[in-house]
Amino acid sequence: MKSALDGRKVTLHDMSLRDGMHAKREQISIEKMVEIATALDDANVPYLQVTHGAGLGGNSIQHGFALASNPEYIHAVASRMKKAVVSVLLIPGLGTMKELKEAHEAGARSVHVATHCTEADTSPQHIAYARELGFDTTGFLMMAHLNDAKGLAEQGKLMESYGAQTIYVTDSAGYMLGQDVTEAISRLRDVLNPETELGFHGHHNLGLGVSNSIAAIAAGANRIDASLAGLGAGAGNCPIEVLAAVLDRMGVETGVDLFKLMDAAEDIVVPMMDQIVRADREALTLGYAGVYSTFLLHAKRAAKRFGVPARDILVELGARKMIAGQEDMIIDTAMTMAKARGLLESVD
Amino acid sequence: MTKIKCALIGSGNIGTDLIYKLQRSPVLEPVWMVGIDPESEGLRRAADMGLKTTSEGVDGLLPHVKADGVQMAFDATSAYVHAENSRKLNELGVMMIDLTPAAIGPLCVPPVNLSSYAEGGVTNLNMISCAGQATIPIVNAVSRVQPVDYAEIVASLSSKSVGPGTRANLDEFTYTTSSAIEKIGGAKRGKALAIINPAEPPMIMRNTIYCQTAEAPDEAAIIASVLEMIGEVQKYVPGYRLVNGPTFDGTTVAVFMEVAGLGDYLPKYAGNLDIMTAAATRTAEMIAEKMIAGTFKLEAPEVLA
Repeated sequence: MKSALDGRKVTLHDMSLRDGMHAKREQISIEKMVEIATALDDANVPYLQVTHGAGLGGNSIQHGFALASNPEYIHAVASRMKKAVVSVLLIPGLGTMKELKEAHEAGARSVHVATHCTEADTSPQHIAYARELGFDTTGFLMMAHLNDAKGLAEQGKLMESYGAQTIYVTDSAGYMLGQDVTEAISRLRDVLNPETELGFHGHHNLGLGVSNSIAAIAAGANRIDASLAGLGAGAGNCPIEVLAAVLDRMGVETGVDLFKLMDAAEDIVVPMMDQIVRADREALTLGYAGVYSTFLLHAKRAAKRFGVPARDILVELGARKMIAGQEDMIIDTAMTMAKARGLLESVD
Repeated sequence: MTKIKCALIGSGNIGTDLIYKLQRSPVLEPVWMVGIDPESEGLRRAADMGLKTTSEGVDGLLPHVKADGVQMAFDATSAYVHAENSRKLNELGVMMIDLTPAAIGPLCVPPVNLSSYAEGGVTNLNMISCAGQATIPIVNAVSRVQPVDYAEIVASLSSKSVGPGTRANLDEFTYTTSSAIEKIGGAKRGKALAIINPAEPPMIMRNTIYCQTAEAPDEAAIIASVLEMIGEVQKYVPGYRLVNGPTFDGTTVAVFMEVAGLGDYLPKYAGNLDIMTAAATRTAEMIAEKMIAGTFKLEAPEVLA
């Protein structure tokens, strides 16, 4: 029996070398990046993202320092690609247009301009400038579970009006259920111009990375973010080799070489993991409590330093509605909890 | 007692909040509110509070400057129009306090460098940004103890307190604040990050300040210096509060602050807006005291041939 998606075309966008940086505490070497990117290019993956996990401007005490600068990573990868387009992440308030220009000079040609799912109006300068530079430009609505479908559609419409060619629903917390994804993508499809593309970026914290991506495609998305063996924040992204296999079985055309992706995941990416990227107790807590996936390793470090369990810290961060970029509030929250538990004294 | 008469340019949230703060001041008196929309709520409110108003921009104010004895102006419009506003009013001998990110005059953070302008010699002082006012005192408190190689600040603002101007120009906010962390904070390199959080009820403004010291940090001296500086800021922003820290991790010092506003016109969670109006008022009061004493000399305006 043919699947409902038979004959559809989907563009896969690899996140191993950007979201995957989070899982490696930003410590992927240039050589390793080139090795992985070359394998992805060889497997016909059309887009791959390369930057610090927090994107342009990400090198900071707040987000950690990578082994090389963004332009160094981008140039090293872009100069070796036969077909794949190199993309970057830009979060206004952290990254700037100056850094976007440097990324372009280094060879990046696609960009996810990311804002929190209710704050699209912080992105007009950056989206317009990305288009001016000739970038394939995406508006990326993070922590999408914190807005309803109607709100997401309004925010997506704003980004489209600034010049975004694709709008993404970004499940940064890995919290959304299939029906949430279906509703969000459908609503966006209703309000956006027919030529505007739709995308979905999932996290696997509830084990739904693949099925949510399929739900997004069924509702009208044609761009999907995924990564080798799921290398990414929290329990990782949607694993690209698994998604490619499922899409192949469903008759969806992606153009990628499934076996080459399986080999790259198994032979290169899994051996380099510092911890197996999976829905362990804390990563599952992210998906269950609606917390930004990148907080995972920060919370584990704060737990060690202040003696408060990581799960308790994560649940509290969810209750306080902390969003992407508020990594400082992890230490702050851990310290406040440690004081309340008599584990830490105030200085004043 | 004599008060220095002030004009407020920009009838939005900041301008309106300034009316409240200036009306409480022993040395300042708000007399004019300048807007561009005759229907605006801000102009109506200013008129209700006893100010003269014009909806014709700064040009509507200029003919009245001499007659009404205006000696000081606060600009809460935008970086794009500030330079012209400042030039026109400086020509008439009016001291300009700039609350836009234009930064054409020297940068001012009251507890750090206001006293250096006590003798005059300036016609325009810039208040940097809300994040700058909230974080640079702490950077300076560390850098006055020992050299700081790098300082990074994270300002978290409630979505409701961030106006359309800031949203459309986040890069300017980043550049202006980063540069001031170096120039006024005293760090060799500075970086500013801004987060806009839509949680309801709105979160109170939070600021995290990280400083990397060149040598091992003198923990006791840094803690004492930071606490003293917080006391200085609390003199004009009572809701400036240490939440956690200073905490030390290698050479990195982290300080976690909260800024609650006074709740004059703006809600208390909007500490980011309040710290701007409070710092501007503090700056203006110091200058007004010197003007009244006759010891503050405005730099002579350049005569254009």
